[in-house]
Amino acid sequence: MTQARTTTTATLRVKTGLAEMLKGGVIMDVVSAEQAKIAEDAGAVAVMALERVPADIRASGGVARMADPSIVEDIINSVSVPVMAKCRIGHFVEAQVLESLGVDYIDESEVLTPADEEHHVNKWDFSVPFVCGCRNLGEALRRISEGAAMIRTKGEPGTGNVVEAVRHMRTVTDEIAWLKGIRSEQLFAAAKDLQAPYELVKWVAENGKLPVVNFSAGGIATPADAALMMQLGCDGVFVGSGIFKSGDPSKRAKAIVEATTHFEDVGIIARVSRDLGEAMVGINISDIPEGERMQERGW
Amino acid sequence: MKVGVLALQGAFREHIVTLEALGVSGVAVRLPEQLGDLTGLIIPGGESTAIGKLMRTYGFYEAIRQQHGAGMAVWGTCAGAILMAKEVLDALPDQEALGLMDIAIRRNAYGRQVDSFEADLDMRGVDNGPFRGVFIRAPWIESVSDGVEVLARHDGHIVAARQRDLLATTFHPELTGDPRIHTYFLDSVVGA
Repeated sequence: MTQARTTTTATLRVKTGLAEMLKGGVIMDVVSAEQAKIAEDAGAVAVMALERVPADIRASGGVARMADPSIVEDIINSVSVPVMAKCRIGHFVEAQVLESLGVDYIDESEVLTPADEEHHVNKWDFSVPFVCGCRNLGEALRRISEGAAMIRTKGEPGTGNVVEAVRHMRTVTDEIAWLKGIRSEQLFAAAKDLQAPYELVKWVAENGKLPVVNFSAGGIATPADAALMMQLGCDGVFVGSGIFKSGDPSKRAKAIVEATTHFEDVGIIARVSRDLGEAMVGINISDIPEGERMQERGW
Repeated sequence: MKVGVLALQGAFREHIVTLEALGVSGVAVRLPEQLGDLTGLIIPGGESTAIGKLMRTYGFYEAIRQQHGAGMAVWGTCAGAILMAKEVLDALPDQEALGLMDIAIRRNAYGRQVDSFEADLDMRGVDNGPFRGVFIRAPWIESVSDGVEVLARHDGHIVAARQRDLLATTFHPELTGDPRIHTYFLDSVVGA
């Protein structure tokens, strides 16, 4: 029995490893230490520290930025589950700040106003792992090539409407199935069409899945929504505005956690869906002017 | 031999894949009734608070203690090791432990995610060279009582231990594709 050799931190396996541990779980948006405690008590596997939830960002308009470091620190100090926080797309200095605060994951997120309309953060430059949003396979693979260690489908944040989350999850799944079915010489053209690196395209074709964990996000508001996304093949769910914009956040959060674990057990989903009180009101996607759809952000 | 993997949350699929590669049927356990005919149970890595709350809601604490009493071996990795311990240091005030194993374990002992790491380990009972340990926001085993065998250390801290039919590892063998610790569990711990 002995001392270990060759200890290394921040390897890809260590970065993707934390996402592996979050699978089958619910990551909840919180804006205060108090909300973070409620989320942890309800069984959240991680919390996302924000200044405002997406529904409020949508309502108030203006430029949405990284949260105040003191909010992030309060949340870090109040819970023992991993803490994630959002930086703007391409804003590598916000990412540096969040890394220095000790967050466990950074979400380079379309929920905030993009800081760069051409480039995302070079996530290989960081020790802290990143999660990024996607609407399709090409977008997912571009983010992974930039160093993302976890992916989430985008959905449409702050709407309480699951339709875009479903669309994006189905798109990714269908494109993976298509890649699996084509011949090896077709993969070069596929990589060109997907605007993604050939090596990653080839990996997905051979393995039939993304090389990192893929959660679902953007519009999940009920236990049945969470179970729907799990049955469609995601590894876990993010719930943003859906919890703390509802009538009884603690009860709803617990119910969504149970439905995510027991996503194939309709008896349990029915039981936990009872008497949850008011759900968040929700927005129809067609009522959102095109320029205000958060999912369009990211390149 | 039928081995279950507690599938409430976390990296349970990887354990099942490794078991099946070794020719053992791995059952995803989501309800206590499924424990009945298992010879072994793996409690995987994940978030110990989240897994613990779901265990409480669905009555797993009593059921696992009872089945262990009836001869079911238990292996916990990372969060699973925390749940097995008699004493959890830095636990949440209401965090309940299974209390199966005479060890004291410290949660998030190394710090936050940026302090997560991998390292080669020499592990007693595991031959053919070092085992690559992947430590994700890992705990360490602070102390063990008599009757607990220390199997591996990293930097002086205990990272693997065994007590008769109980095995605890603070790292994640299921993330490496190396089945040697699964083989050790199946050959030496199950049925002991």
